[in-house]
Amino acid sequence: MRGLIAVIVLAVLAAGLAFCLAEIPFGRDIGDVGGRYVEQGVQETGAANVVTSVVVGYRGFDTLGEVTVLFIAAMGLGAVLYGRRPSGGRREKPSLILSTGCRFLFPLIMVFGAYVFIHGHLTPGGGFQGGVIAASAFLLMYLGCGGKRIHRATLGAVESLAGLAFVIAGLAGLAVGGYFLMNVLPKGTVNQLFSAGIIPVIYIAIGLKVGSELAGIVENLLEVTE
Amino acid sequence: MSILQANIYYIGSVGLMLVGLYIILAKRNLIKVIIGLSFFETGINLLLISIGYVRGGTAPIFSNPDVKAEGMVDPTPQALVLTAIVIGVAVLALALSLAVRLYEHYGTLDLRKVRELKW
Repeated sequence: MRGLIAVIVLAVLAAGLAFCLAEIPFGRDIGDVGGRYVEQGVQETGAANVVTSVVVGYRGFDTLGEVTVLFIAAMGLGAVLYGRRPSGGRREKPSLILSTGCRFLFPLIMVFGAYVFIHGHLTPGGGFQGGVIAASAFLLMYLGCGGKRIHRATLGAVESLAGLAFVIAGLAGLAVGGYFLMNVLPKGTVNQLFSAGIIPVIYIAIGLKVGSELAGIVENLLEVTE
Repeated sequence: MSILQANIYYIGSVGLMLVGLYIILAKRNLIKVIIGLSFFETGINLLLISIGYVRGGTAPIFSNPDVKAEGMVDPTPQALVLTAIVIGVAVLALALSLAVRLYEHYGTLDLRKVRELKW
């Protein structure tokens, strides 16, 4: 019965999507909005990566909301899991390969994550991706380097300061008499590391915030809080 | 055959969405339902990305001065999907934490048994 209802719902959804997608040929021409972003984005924001200029430049306020959603979800996860009883299950000791690999790979993964979010305006990647890569290093640390723990207060401080840096970078635009998240810094030469104004600053803040938030989520899911 | 070939990305992503929705509707293990949620979300993201594709287009990154603006894919869906992926991770983590709590409370992840315990 349950399966039958599911199949009927799926058939309705598939038919609706098929009718809609029949109107949009695959590989269509670029639209007005996308075309403008591609043609004007580099001059207007100074970022070589147009996706970054959309995420942080044109839709910076939207990204602030997105970071807030992630923060609220991490907070909700902490609240749901707060005060969990010890499960009593014994954790298996990591193998030699995992514990050696952890010690060897942890700094490399952190450096790679930092590279991805610092170069977000030049190459594929950015704050969210780099932050997730850095958080995966912490997951490896919990799996492999038995006994090592994240310092909670440091994690919270990094997260709060990074969030604050994003808002201050936005308010700087208001302070010079423009609008929220205005690109107040000089744009520089395209394709240089120091270019695109406040975009790398915001992306570094996002990278630190996302990395510390996801590391906190990993910690909350693995650890029993006292 | 040519219709199938021309729309293979649409078919694949919609197929992934349908598989995910079927898991959500028909499975009774909460972990499997959360995996289905993740499938559904991945399918939607792939669908949005493939709608933004321009035939023969490249990534919208001006990595050297020779790259021209013509023949770049639409960056807007990519930026939106970037948002959607992050929200998806947050939702997934929250769902998993609720599953952890549910298991601690009822001792099972079977949704039928959980429903029986409800008034």
